[in-house]
Amino acid sequence: MQSTARSVLDSAEFRRLVAGRWRISLALTALLFILYYGYIILIATNRQLVSRPVSGATTTGILLAAGVIAGAWVLTAAYVVWANRQYDPAVAELKARAEKP
Amino acid sequence: MQTSLGSPTLSAIVSFLVIVLLTLAVTYWAARRTRSTREFYAAGRSIKPFQNGLALAGDYMSAASFLGIAGLVALRGYDGMIYATGWLVGWPALMFLIAEPLRNLGKFTFADVVAFRLRQVPVRIAAAFGGILTLIFYVLAQMVGAGNLITLMFGLSYNWAVIIVGGVMLAYVLFGGMIATTWVQIIKAILLLFGVTLLTLLVLAKFQFSPGQLYAAVAARYGQAALEPGGLVSDPIDAVSLGLALMFGLLGLPHILMRFYTVPDARAARSSVLYATGFIGYFYLIIPIVGFGASALVGREIIRKVDSGGNMAAPLVAELLGGTSFLGFIAAVAFATILAVVAGLTLAGASALSHDIFTHAIKKGHASEHEQIRVARIATVIFGLVAVVLGILFKGQNVAFMVGLAFAIAASGNFPALLLSIVWSRFNTAGAVCSIVTGALLAVVLIVLSPTIWVDLLHHPAAIFPLRNPAIVSMPVGFLTGIIASLATREPEAEARFHDEKLRTYLGIGAE
Repeated sequence: MQSTARSVLDSAEFRRLVAGRWRISLALTALLFILYYGYIILIATNRQLVSRPVSGATTTGILLAAGVIAGAWVLTAAYVVWANRQYDPAVAELKARAEKP
Repeated sequence: MQTSLGSPTLSAIVSFLVIVLLTLAVTYWAARRTRSTREFYAAGRSIKPFQNGLALAGDYMSAASFLGIAGLVALRGYDGMIYATGWLVGWPALMFLIAEPLRNLGKFTFADVVAFRLRQVPVRIAAAFGGILTLIFYVLAQMVGAGNLITLMFGLSYNWAVIIVGGVMLAYVLFGGMIATTWVQIIKAILLLFGVTLLTLLVLAKFQFSPGQLYAAVAARYGQAALEPGGLVSDPIDAVSLGLALMFGLLGLPHILMRFYTVPDARAARSSVLYATGFIGYFYLIIPIVGFGASALVGREIIRKVDSGGNMAAPLVAELLGGTSFLGFIAAVAFATILAVVAGLTLAGASALSHDIFTHAIKKGHASEHEQIRVARIATVIFGLVAVVLGILFKGQNVAFMVGLAFAIAASGNFPALLLSIVWSRFNTAGAVCSIVTGALLAVVLIVLSPTIWVDLLHHPAAIFPLRNPAIVSMPVGFLTGIIASLATREPEAEARFHDEKLRTYLGIGAE
């Protein structure tokens, strides 16, 4: 391996980049777990709440199901916004450094 | 109500022929652009993120989710909605955990990533085993579903339906490879999203465009219970287990993972997941409206009489609101959906056979382009024939559980090895092989011993394994065996390469 590539690999910036990426990924995965498994466990344990009508016949459960779907998309979008704004510029900079002859 | 379901109508035949001719024309166009393995397996990496988002949605939205979930909501109300949410939540997880490393490390298949720094032959064979096992159960469920649906909708004989699906789908994959398959998925996704949107609008138009009034009508006819959770989530452990299989199974589905190699880079892979999640989320958001509409307007009794599983709920409400011509269109869309999904599965199966087994395990990576393409086409025919034969052999069998099984195998066999190979430096060949084989086989064994097969199909009085879906046990076991086998053995070369591999994983340096 070229010495410039090696120095990037061992640099503090690169380690920060990788650690930051997994921090965001795992935090968003945790939120996804809370959103979806929270919903499932809520249905299993508190049927009354889920069955309560909010307006007319519409129940809380219907809103919650729609909320889980919308929430899953929002989390995905949040990751993309973070990656486009924070991750990609950092990658571009390190990549340029590693590929410098 | 009178229905023309089951007798071929002019509009059904015309819509069907238009779709088949259009997709075959696309295949002809694609065939002239398919010369190298890069084009056959990965569409020349030239697909745009928006296009790939549609194609991913096309690969994922099967007839089972269109007709099945609408039927479930129509017959069982709110439980169908709970089920629908489970089908979406894998997509964010796919994005957060593996989408970008997968794109950066691989070439054509997910086995490329697992085998990247490990010993090629054993890892390729294990990964192809896990991948093909997943695909076989998935394709079997699709084929039997296709035979039943086409018989119900067009009145065609079951065997002919399966043979036609097999023949048309083989034409796409064999001649047009990934380029044709991708465009077939895009066409199908657009047709399906358009058809379901129109159906939703027709339903809502009956209720002054107010979902609240639709729910009120459902409650008036079938009681408030239709809008409340029923029996689906009575056991939280079983429900979480099913949720785990649906969520992480997606991260191990070979035909979905393969799509990531059709875009130019990791950034494009990321955007395509966002588009796909949008399309699929929208789809699962409006499908319940179609289902509730069917139960309020058509009625559960009639839906059940036409098909006891409720699969005809969406076509019936389409006929009621849009007449025979709209029914014909919806039936043709359902047919296109099946064709496209089976084509995607076949391409993935052929890649595992040709790219992983032939090129890497048998030829040790030394096969000419010409030879690889030829073997890929032979593998396509083999996988396609197996799909048709299995479809015919399993006629009349209850195969609904097989999609769940495919997801459980993918979550327990393929996903742990894929994730560990990306994140853990000590992960090695022994770990990968043990993890895939144990996870996949345990998922199969536990499903056989579960109430799904042991009680419902084999009619034993009690199940040996209590849960309907095994993922909550088999997925952790897949991870544990991978970790234990890796810790028990040493593979210094693999560990040394992990550090260097990071430049490719995170920066995309050297990515294909």
